Amino acid sequence: MASTAHDTAVHHDDHGHHHETFLTKYVFSQDHKMIAKQFLITGIIMGVIAMFLSVLFRLQLGWPDKSFPILETFLGKWAEGGRIKPDFYLALVTIHGTMMVFFVLTAGLSGTFSNLLIPLQLGARDMASPFINMLSYWFFFLACVIMMGSFFVESGPASAGWTVYPPLSALPKAISGSGLGMTLWLMSMVLFVASSLMGALNYISTVLNMRTKGMSLWRMPLTIWAFFLTAITGVLSFPVLVAAVVLLIFDRSFGTSFYLSDIVMQGQVLPNQGGSPILWQHLFWFLGHPEVYIVLMPALGITSEVIATNSRKPIFGYHAMVYSLIGITVLSFIVWGHHMFLTGMNPFLGGVFMITTLIIAVPSAVKTFNYLATLWRGNIRFTPAMLFAIGLVSFFISGGLTGIFLGNAALDINLHDTYFVVAHFHLVMGSAAIFGMLCGVYHWFPKMFRREMDERLGYLHFWITFICAYLVFFPMHFMGLDGVPRRYYAFTEFEFMKEWLTVNVFITWAAIVASLAQLAFLYNFFHSIFYGKKTTQNPWNSNTLEWTTPVEHLHGNWPGEIPTVYRWPYDYSKPGHNEDFIPQTTPFSETMSSNVAHDFEGNAEAELLQAEYAAKGTKKSVVAAKPVAKAAAKTAKKPAAKKKTTPTKKA
Amino acid sequence: MTEQERINFKAKKFLVLLFVIASFMLFAGLTSGFIVYTGGSVDRGLKIILPQAFKLSTLLIVLSSITMHMAYLSAKRLQLNQQKMYLLLTMGLGIGFFVLQLSAWQTLIGQGIYFVNPNASQSFIYVFTGAHLVHVFAGLMMVLAAWLGGVKNIPQANNLFRLETASIFWHFIDILWIYLYVFLLLNQ
Repeated sequence: MASTAHDTAVHHDDHGHHHETFLTKYVFSQDHKMIAKQFLITGIIMGVIAMFLSVLFRLQLGWPDKSFPILETFLGKWAEGGRIKPDFYLALVTIHGTMMVFFVLTAGLSGTFSNLLIPLQLGARDMASPFINMLSYWFFFLACVIMMGSFFVESGPASAGWTVYPPLSALPKAISGSGLGMTLWLMSMVLFVASSLMGALNYISTVLNMRTKGMSLWRMPLTIWAFFLTAITGVLSFPVLVAAVVLLIFDRSFGTSFYLSDIVMQGQVLPNQGGSPILWQHLFWFLGHPEVYIVLMPALGITSEVIATNSRKPIFGYHAMVYSLIGITVLSFIVWGHHMFLTGMNPFLGGVFMITTLIIAVPSAVKTFNYLATLWRGNIRFTPAMLFAIGLVSFFISGGLTGIFLGNAALDINLHDTYFVVAHFHLVMGSAAIFGMLCGVYHWFPKMFRREMDERLGYLHFWITFICAYLVFFPMHFMGLDGVPRRYYAFTEFEFMKEWLTVNVFITWAAIVASLAQLAFLYNFFHSIFYGKKTTQNPWNSNTLEWTTPVEHLHGNWPGEIPTVYRWPYDYSKPGHNEDFIPQTTPFSETMSSNVAHDFEGNAEAELLQAEYAAKGTKKSVVAAKPVAKAAAKTAKKPAAKKKTTPTKKA
Repeated sequence: MTEQERINFKAKKFLVLLFVIASFMLFAGLTSGFIVYTGGSVDRGLKIILPQAFKLSTLLIVLSSITMHMAYLSAKRLQLNQQKMYLLLTMGLGIGFFVLQLSAWQTLIGQGIYFVNPNASQSFIYVFTGAHLVHVFAGLMMVLAAWLGGVKNIPQANNLFRLETASIFWHFIDILWIYLYVFLLLNQ
């Protein structure tokens, strides 16, 4: 309490001349822009590590019988004789999943862009509580350190899969990864949940309380809508994971039996009786499924913004986009059972979950079609950010379609826990969300670092990653249809899986090439921070508020007053206007030549002024004889021919 | 108070409300877990009469909500001494609640109903009350901060802010306990 009161006192109206030390500016910063960068760079580092882990287990899958002596050099006893051990293989897939889902695509994505864009696009000086915002980052950092720390304990990291199902996760002696590694995993996740809750509370409060004058909810960019709804989803679902984890900790360390029953381990009957492992699945997936949308929705929001800006067209169906996000948010809470069709669930209940799941296809399809309609006949600028945005749409379609297969209980009985599932979620939430994140990085890099990234390296990065992502995940559909189960250590052990070995070699090579392509990104990113081309204030000719701030970062974002907002953020290529974008800060009185009836939202006075202006326009009085409004006089000098769209409609 | 400060206070108060929602979801998760677990088999369920101490603790926490509100009203009327007195009363009642809950645990243990239990429905009693006590502890810290603010005579805007946030949270704790108690009674 004392601390929140303190930062209120510090956070007054005079910005830009606080005494800052290295520690308060770069380390324990309370400035949302710096915190965004901290989240981004930590997220990128975690992403690289998680990607490296995936290459390691791909090596095992591609060449299960081959020895790689270099692995033993680095991994020691986990890769004796240059071959990854089965226990370590499980640890690799577990930590790869955990890091990618939580650290990269939740914290790295939401943490970065919600922090950067919520205050900047809404016209706020900072977050509701900058102090809690700082804590949010440092809890996340600690979570990362602890998770990484589990690689340095003797029994190795957690290995129960990223969903940590009991009993594997609940019995410390079950496998080596169930020991200290699992405890560290749980500690790390508790810190991570605390971090994301602190972040989410801040985002919601800022969006609802700190918008600038004129920024009504329906004038918010779709990015903000997405971050806002993501935060709501997080606040409602993460606490349930805490509940589940608390019970798991009691089972592990106190001997309770919430999840455990009838277990015989190494010939010994365990005392735990009466528990239900299905209970964990219910609690976990009540978070787990919304989590998928926590990962995806920010990416969808970012893409909406980037596609509209780079198509030089208003986003198609702004309201539909918002309502479909709301629809996804609500539906995400009532579909978790589709992860559990095979748990002996009542078929009627399974049917209910199947229907709710399939209904999600509706808002998702609305979004997809709106993206395509926005691109349709746009004046498209193929910037790297735009390519990644289109890449997201591609993955969202190809991965989303298989969701319809998996959501169907009858089909899921065959496809459950096969590579078909792996292919599905890696495309629809993995690749799509990563592409959304990269799209955001390329697009807002100039805002974050005041310099531009190299475009050619961006194209190289995009094309290799895009093609390789499909080469990696598409063949997995066929493996899944053939019944190949996920998480299996060696394909040589089963007769029917042997024929897939060559495919695995192919996938592994594609994964290695994709990883190498990320070097182009890493070089581009870190090099451009210091040596990139200096940027201008509004490099993409964008409408949103963040591009009205000075290039040099200020604490408090705008020197002097915060600008007022007059219009929605998607006035691109508006007929009658002399430029192909109209920033949100431009009043309608300055754009008399392009205003349409819809702009005035029933404001009679404005409509009258516009009608008078239009009447003059039709008489071709190029020089206004009697300007009805000061602003009308400003725009009246423009050629009359340009003004013909609105006046006739108005009359 | 400037416009900017007013907005900041409002946004921060909202943070407390949001935190309350998040906390509520934690308990919604736990109680749903109880329902799912208990519904799984006829061997499960509370199968006991809840300790009498819960009745008394309910009375105490309801009273503490009233004193908390009185403290808030005193703060609004700038009656600093009364504010401090009511806050002390609230803390006293809160601590009393805490002790009574622990004594209820003792009663349960006396009856042979342990936390480590093959019927996890009974373990859930400890989880509900324990998680609630963690919140009571946090609430007591907030009330303490509000009381210290009164002692140090901090500016009225800050004082009122502490009072408001503490009372939002304290009333939540009160309502939460009633929810949990009624939930347990219905499953008795």
